[in-house]
Amino acid sequence: MHSLGARAHSTTRTRTPGEIVAAATPTSQVGRRVVDRAFLGVCIAFTALAVLLLVILLVSIWQDGHARLSWQFLSAFASRKTEEAGVRAPLWGSIWVCVICAVAALPIGVGTAIYLEEFSKRSRFRSFIQLNIANLAGVPSIVYGILGLTAFARAFGTANSEDPIAFGQPESFFYLQLPFGHGVLAGGLTLMLVVLPIVIVSSQEALRTVPGSLRTAALALGATQWQTTWNITLPASIPMIMTGGILAMSRAIGEAAPILVLGVPLFIRSTPINLMSDFTVLPLQIYNWSMRQQSGFHELAAAGIIVLLAVLLTLNALAVIIRHRLQRANG
Amino acid sequence: MTTPPNAPPPRNIDIKPATPVVATAAAAAPVADAQDVAIRAQGLDSWYGSVQALKGISLEIPKCRVTALIGPSGCGKSTFLRWINRMNDPIPGARASGILTLHGDDLLGRALDVVELRRRVGMVFQKPNPFTKSIYDNVAFGPRLHRSFRRADLDELVENSLRAAALWDEVKDRLKSSALGLSGGQQQRLCIARAIAVGPEVLLMDEPCSALDPKSTASIEQLIRELETSYTIVIVTHNMQQAARVSDRTAFFFEGTLVECGSTDRIFTNPANKQTEDYVSGRFG
Repeated sequence: MHSLGARAHSTTRTRTPGEIVAAATPTSQVGRRVVDRAFLGVCIAFTALAVLLLVILLVSIWQDGHARLSWQFLSAFASRKTEEAGVRAPLWGSIWVCVICAVAALPIGVGTAIYLEEFSKRSRFRSFIQLNIANLAGVPSIVYGILGLTAFARAFGTANSEDPIAFGQPESFFYLQLPFGHGVLAGGLTLMLVVLPIVIVSSQEALRTVPGSLRTAALALGATQWQTTWNITLPASIPMIMTGGILAMSRAIGEAAPILVLGVPLFIRSTPINLMSDFTVLPLQIYNWSMRQQSGFHELAAAGIIVLLAVLLTLNALAVIIRHRLQRANG
Repeated sequence: MTTPPNAPPPRNIDIKPATPVVATAAAAAPVADAQDVAIRAQGLDSWYGSVQALKGISLEIPKCRVTALIGPSGCGKSTFLRWINRMNDPIPGARASGILTLHGDDLLGRALDVVELRRRVGMVFQKPNPFTKSIYDNVAFGPRLHRSFRRADLDELVENSLRAAALWDEVKDRLKSSALGLSGGQQQRLCIARAIAVGPEVLLMDEPCSALDPKSTASIEQLIRELETSYTIVIVTHNMQQAARVSDRTAFFFEGTLVECGSTDRIFTNPANKQTEDYVSGRFG
């Protein structure tokens, strides 16, 4: 079957592509299928391994901690007696800090992304900013903790931390002081630093998915850059922006290191009442309990982890629901 | 507009001073009556970075007529079209010099309000690009950018725009449903309705039928003929038959220059230039 094509080459006639293909040595069909199957098998094995590790982790935590889970565990403050201890203070602390983080990070992050994607011209300045944001996303969170301590908790040493300038009554919801000290505001803003690069990058990716033809169409109708962004680009990308934002919040709620660096109290028996209130967060409480000697505290740590995982899964589920709702509303 | 009518200052965007008008004999064929000129270009040069895309284009586009711009890919006809509503502005390195006016108003000066210009000059693109909104909101989007309307006025505007684009009867029962549910041809007519709704004087069409099937193409071509009575239409097309069918005047561009311009009948039956003859008869391009 090869001979016809091979002979053709020796004559002056140029060979057609079909003749050249027919003349070439066939590859092993069986070999290709075997490799294909083997690759599929390896992929399945690795996936199974990952799932298995997760299941082992969850089961062991559940076994350690489920006995401690109760309404009392959620509503009680920390205590030296393990049977009376609970996560009320860190749970509320995490919620406060997370809300502050979201309120600060989303407008700044989405605004930056809109500037970079929709308004800035291609320039060295823009590439420089872009490169820095990408690098910041990879900086360890403890570094942000130190920045937060310097900037928010101590206001770069410009004011006396021991004797802050106070506005209003310390019992009031509207109480403010400068510098912020290690209250929930400093904690939330520090976490904002941690998640800001993630929010910016995910928002930029969301904006990039909007087809350029829609922007062109709006501009050609006489829309300004801002009208185009507000009416066309942002509505089309908001589901993805929200998803990225909520995932960034679940990162923030799981951070212990930057909060630890702020110097928050290790033992606290109150929930925050204003932006300056002392607080602790779930990961920090879990860390504290797991460092204790008595096994009762280890059970408490496991129960704390279950609560933290429940909060994270709830947030992720919320992200999925919001995305579906908005996609249907847009579609 | 910022400049008074009938007094176009010879202003440049960048670098080059306005070149004196050096129109070739064939290109110069003027529109009969100066009063009927909507768009006038004189010695229009344009660059993308260091690449010159338009070389001394001098062209008059008559009011309430269809003018077709033809020529091989990369000849500059789309570049010329996009200077009329300044859609070249966002392209890095794009600049132009020479004279380009719309009813006497300078289009290339720094003082030009681009937003107001685009209200006066609508554009329809190659691929239908409706917004991911309802049919009603697609048409109402443009007007709402510029003015605030009473509900009844807006309803009337949307209806009349859709009627003008020959789409009303097909969509009147589903104005609130998504524009993405329409067929390609319907979407393109919606884009035309959307462009009409802001009350433009000029409609620019950049190969409006190249993504459509023959039946939709026929309906758009018929629509262009109907719109001609109210709007100055400039259409870029690669389809020779289409240019012959829909346009009153035809301009043939080649490698950034205007080779020949005249009545469509004459360009297709008795072109003055050999290159034009070769192109319209399909011998090259």
